[in-house]
Formats: sequence, structure tokens, C-alpha cells
Amino acid sequence: MQAEQREATATVLPSANGHASSPEARRLVRIEPPTGWQFVNWREVLEYKDLLQTQVHRGVTVAYKQTVLGFGWAIIGPVFSMIVFTVIFGNLANVPSDGVPYALFSYTALLPWQYFSGALSGTTNSLVSNRNIFTKVYFPRLILPLVPLGTGLVGFGISFGVLVVLMIWYAVVPTVWVVFLPVLIFILMLTALGSGLWLSSLALQYRDVGRIVGMASRLLMYAAPVVWPVSLIAEKLPEHYETIRIFYGLYPMAGVIEGFRAALLGTVPMPWDLIGMGTITALVLTITGAFYFRRTEHLFADVA
Amino acid sequence: MARPAIRVENLGKRYRIGVEEEQHETLLGAMGSWFTAPISNYRRLRDLSHFEDDENRDDVLWALRDVSFEIHPGEVVGFIGRNGAGKSTLLKLLSRIAYPTTGHIELVGRVSSLLEVGTGFHQELTGRENVFLNGTILGMTKAEVASKFDEIVEFSGVGKFIDTPVKRYSSGMKVRLGFAVAAHLEPDILIVDEVLAVGDIAFKKKCLGKMDEVSKSGRTVLYVSHEMSTVTNLCQRAYVLSGGQIVHQGPVQEAVEWYLDDMEVLDRDNLRLDEVDENERGGDGRLRFTSAYLVDRRGRHTHAPTAGEPVEVVLEYEAQEDLPRVMFWLRIDNHLNVPVSVLHMRSHETYYDIQKGTGRVRCRIPNLPLPNGAYQIKIKAKDYVQGHMLDALESALEFEVSASTFFGSDYTPDINHSTVLMEHGWTHEEHIDASVSPS
Ligand SMILES: Nc1ncnc2c1ncn2[C@@H]1O[C@H](COP(=O)(O)OP(=O)(O)OP(=O)(O)O)[C@@H](O)[C@H]1O
Ligand SMILES: [Mg+2]
Repeated sequence: MQAEQREATATVLPSANGHASSPEARRLVRIEPPTGWQFVNWREVLEYKDLLQTQVHRGVTVAYKQTVLGFGWAIIGPVFSMIVFTVIFGNLANVPSDGVPYALFSYTALLPWQYFSGALSGTTNSLVSNRNIFTKVYFPRLILPLVPLGTGLVGFGISFGVLVVLMIWYAVVPTVWVVFLPVLIFILMLTALGSGLWLSSLALQYRDVGRIVGMASRLLMYAAPVVWPVSLIAEKLPEHYETIRIFYGLYPMAGVIEGFRAALLGTVPMPWDLIGMGTITALVLTITGAFYFRRTEHLFADVA
Repeated sequence: MARPAIRVENLGKRYRIGVEEEQHETLLGAMGSWFTAPISNYRRLRDLSHFEDDENRDDVLWALRDVSFEIHPGEVVGFIGRNGAGKSTLLKLLSRIAYPTTGHIELVGRVSSLLEVGTGFHQELTGRENVFLNGTILGMTKAEVASKFDEIVEFSGVGKFIDTPVKRYSSGMKVRLGFAVAAHLEPDILIVDEVLAVGDIAFKKKCLGKMDEVSKSGRTVLYVSHEMSTVTNLCQRAYVLSGGQIVHQGPVQEAVEWYLDDMEVLDRDNLRLDEVDENERGGDGRLRFTSAYLVDRRGRHTHAPTAGEPVEVVLEYEAQEDLPRVMFWLRIDNHLNVPVSVLHMRSHETYYDIQKGTGRVRCRIPNLPLPNGAYQIKIKAKDYVQGHMLDALESALEFEVSASTFFGSDYTPDINHSTVLMEHGWTHEEHIDASVSPS
């Protein structure tokens, strides 16, 4: 069989004289050349949850240590973008904002967007930047692309606090759909994870991928309804609106961002169609990504 | 029948190594390649992980080939071999960092590998944070690290620096802290690759002691090092790797000797003293050393003489003219470049009258008085008629003492405590009378 068609395997079998479940168990590990396609081993990831935790902790501390403002940067980043967008798109270009102040309109979108772009570049680089670790020690490699998803949540939480302040300032009352926010955040994380599984492995093999993602990320922001509302499509292309909307929904950030606005600002009804289509993409990305990651995993130490 | 802790069968690992870059003579060719470069670069990167083409391409390297062995629980086994022999590759496969191309491995129990000390340390974080970071990378839970935290700090000796960012540590302190974490893992199988090369002697001893302790408690240890004295101290058995294959195995002493002898055979062809550059030798060149080597009790060439046994330093030369009254001497330096002793013909008030042509001088040491360790010999020849230096070589010969029969007992002080071994005797008297004892 060709090595190319093999997949990393290290089967853990309970030994004849012990139980795999007891902590004292002596487990028999069999290490073989990789064979076939396999799904990621989530149980093993759970065994290493403390590693995930300390790595997330590390990511957060390092990001904010040795800066004067510390966590203040998590506030300044999105607020700065909000001001720029409000001046350029809200005031100068007069982009419509579904009837709420443009600042609030764009900030609500920036919240999930900043998380996504941060997690995307974080996961893409997760293997490349940690190659000095995983070439020296064994642990489930899947931990690495998961870390940026966790660290991003801290910034997200802080920025969310700012949104609450903004909403009070503008006296905007959220709709009952705020209870649906955790689901939207989950779809958001799933999208970042799915892309990250593909991109982290590819970026390790071909370093160009990291740069491409950096550039594409800017493009993706304008493709997402961050600075403009989806209703703009209806306005500009009324005859094809229904079809475009279905296909546009395949971009998960469309459903997530419009969903955030629907839940928090009530500008539009909950965009179930966009969210549904986006979830399909996110799931497909994550499942195929998991297979691809697992299949290339055994090469990581060799090509790093 | 106990199950082996590690069983390896027909293990092989194939790597793709660097493919040579094309050279372009013309600007046009270079420009053309600028456009085709992405395609060839893509192929090159892709080839790192794809092997479907011809198996025997010359950019394919079998870093390990057909390696099989069994190691039983509680054994301490060394792996030795030259650079690139495949030792680290083997340890990477055993610790599941890389995957084999052929064969398989069966391991029983929890494996910890120490291919580097302090993996995952972050410069900006404190020692405390890094202990948790490193501990969880090595497979401990946070609770486990927390319960051993005080012991770890104690062992590392970094003391009050524990809440200081690691970037303010000396490199030795980082190593200490890293090893301290690793030392508190409780694996069934411990895999160690040359990590003790850094760190001071006292700490090295502490580490070796810890590994000894680990093995005494019934765990299996696999140890790779180029320091033969630590290998012989620590291990019971050793495998010699060469070109990705096991070429010798046996009790550690024998395997180490085999390896050092084997290396000597290879070296003799490579390094002849008459090929040493003129700039690196002194003297006026009327006599040139052509070769220098050690010969053991049985008359064999060796790089690993045994302390307490006779050994001869043999110097071969070629003289350009007749030279009356030539004196030879040599100086033995230890691994810290401390001169241990000078063996000089002047001490014997003798000289040789040398005739044009080649010749050989032997210096016999009846009872080699050196503790285990690595040494270097400098050699010189001087014309005592004109008072001119004829030839001088700074590092003519290197050797490693790795065993001792000096005292005929199983204790010989090691190189950290002695520079030479001194013959001596002990006597004991009881009920001494103060008036008789010499004042
Ligand atoms: N990722 C890799 N890609 C290509 N070749 C590799 C890779 N890793 C190791 N090799 C090659 O495999 C061979 C064995 O290397 P290895 O590191 O196992 O040697 P070693 O015995 O540990 O040597 P040393 O004593 O210098 O540490 C070397 O020729 C090395 O170039
Ligand atoms: Mg090595």
C-alpha cells in the first residue's frame, strides 16, 4: 500500500491484565504506519483538557502582558474600527443601517467579526507557531487549533461589555432572541474551527497559506454584512434577491452577523434561512476539516 | 512470562531530504524559473509528504530501517551512534511524535519523552506559569502539577525566582526548571535524548541520580547521549545504531567499546595528521607527525582505553633530513582543557637521533591513572641541537576513558571529583599513644 493513502494510527487497547478505565491501568499502545481515513479522537482531546486550558490561559496572558493598557486593547480595537466605519461608511458614503445608529449597527457586527478574523488567523498559524512544541512532545495535535477559539472568547467577552454600554447609551432594547445568541456564537466557533482545521494543516505544509489567509481575511470582511446590511441587496438587485440570499447564506458569517443584529437590535427579523445555510457550511467545513486534519496529522512532525 | 515494556518490529522511517536547487546561467533562464518556481516549489513541498513516485529516488532517506528489539520493564537501555545514525528518529517514533513508515511498536504503560528540556516555556510568563504550561504539555493534569509544585521548585533550585518571568532567568536556570518538571512525571517508560548536555556539573549529577532513581523504582528508561561515561554509568544494555540500523547490541560496557572502536576505524581513514593544515601546526617542518594513536594491552588500536590498564601512545613521523637529538613530548588535557600531565622525554634525560625518513615513537603508560571522561593529547617534537621546534599539534588525538580497573574494586572516583587517579594505601592503628605520635 502506498504511504500516501495511510493514516496515523495509535490504537490504545486495554491490556490483558488491566482495565483501561482504572488510573493504574497499564495500557498497551500500538503504533503503526498510518492507514485509511479516520475521524479525530475527541476522547483523547478530553483527556488533555488541562493542556487546552493552560494553553488558552497562556494565549490570553501573553496577548495582554507587557502592554500598558492590558485588556483595554480588547476595547480599543473594535471601538476604533467602529469609529472609522461610522465616519467613512455611515457619514461619508451614507450606507444604510436598518434604522439604528450606524455606530451601533457596525459595532454589533464587529463583535462576531473580530472574533472570527482573530480565530481564523490564530488557528491557521496554530501549527506553524507551535512547531517547536509538537516536534518534541506527543499530545493530541487537535488541541493546537482549538486554543485560539478559547483565547478569542476573552476579547469577545470584553467587547460584548462595551456593546451593552453602547446599547444603554443609545437606549436600544434587545429582542427576546438574545437567548439565541449562544447558538449563534456556537456556529461562529464552528466556522472558525472548520476553516482552522483545514488551514492549519495546509499552512504547515505550504507557508503561503498563512499569507493568503491574512489578505483574504480583509476581503472576507467586506463580503460579510459588517459595514452594510443584507437589505442592501434587496435594494440594489430586487429581481434576483431571493436566489442571491440563499447562496449568500452559505457564507456562515452572513447568518451570524445578521442574527446578532436581529437578536440585539431587532433591525430585521431573525434570518433563519441565512443561519440554516451557514450552519450547513460550518458543519461541512468542520467534518471534512476534521478528517483532513487527522489524515495529515502524522506528517506534522516530519514537515514542520 | 512478563510482557516486554517495549516491542519494536521491523521499524522503518523514510524521510524526503532537500532536493538540490537548479542553477541558472542566464538572466532569461532565471526569469523563466521565476515563473515556474511556484510549480516546482509546490512539487518540492508536496514531495515532503508524498512518496508515490519511484521508491529509490536519491532524495529519499531511510533514517531507520528494519529495527527490531525488545526492552523489559525496569531496564535502562542506551542508544549510541554517530550524528545522523537515527537515534532521535527512533525516540520520536517511540514517543508518537512522528509515525513509522514500516513495522510497528508496542508499548505498555504511560510514556514520557524528554527530547528537550522545558518544551513550551514562554519567555514572558513566570516560572510558576511555565511549570503548569510545561507540565500539562508533558501530559500531567493541572491537579497533578499543583500537588507536586513545591517539590518541583525545590528540585529546580530556582527558589525565589519562581514568580519572575522566565526571560530573566539564566539559561541554566531554565534548564533546571524544565528538568525539575520532567523529573516529577511518573511515567512507566521514560525516553531521554541528550538533554543534559547543558547545565552545570552539579545539576547534571542530580539529573543522572534522578534517572537512576526512576529506573530503580522499576520503570523503563531509554537514554541517548554522546557522553559515553553517562551511558555506562546509567545503562545496563546498549544498542549501537549506524545508518538507521542496529549494528551492535550487548552489555553497556561492551557496546560502548565496540562503538568507540568502530568510530576509531572510521576516523583513522579520515583524519591523518599529515593532512592537517600547515597553519594549524607549529615547528619548522623538518619533521612532521603523520599519525598518532593509542594501543591497548592487547596491541589493538583504541579510542577507549581502560583506566588501570597499560596503554601506549604511538606517534608516527616523517623526517626531511637527519636530526640528531630530538625530544618528543605530549600533554594530556581533560574535557575542561585542564592539563592533566606532560609526558616529556626530558624527564628521562633521553633523546633520539633521527634519520631522514619515517619512524615511530612509543610512549608507554603502564597503569593509566585517569578517571572516566574525555581527553585530548597535544604532541610536540623539538630539535635540541638548534633549539628549534620541529612540529607541534594542538589536538593530535582524542580519547575517552570509559571504564576502570585502576583500584581493582568497583568504586573509582569520577571526573567531577578527581583529575587523576592516585595509587594509595590505607592503614589503621588503634589506641594511639600521644607521646609516640610524631609532632
Ligand atoms: N524531518 C526530517 N526530514 C528529513 N530528514 C530528516 C528529518 N529528521 C531527521 N532526518 C534525517 O534522518 C537522519 C537521522 O537523524 P536523527 O536526528 O535521528 O540522528 P541522530 O542519531 O539523533 O543524530 P545526532 O547524534 O546528531 O542527534 C539524519 O540524516 C537526518 O538528516
Ligand atoms: Mg539526535
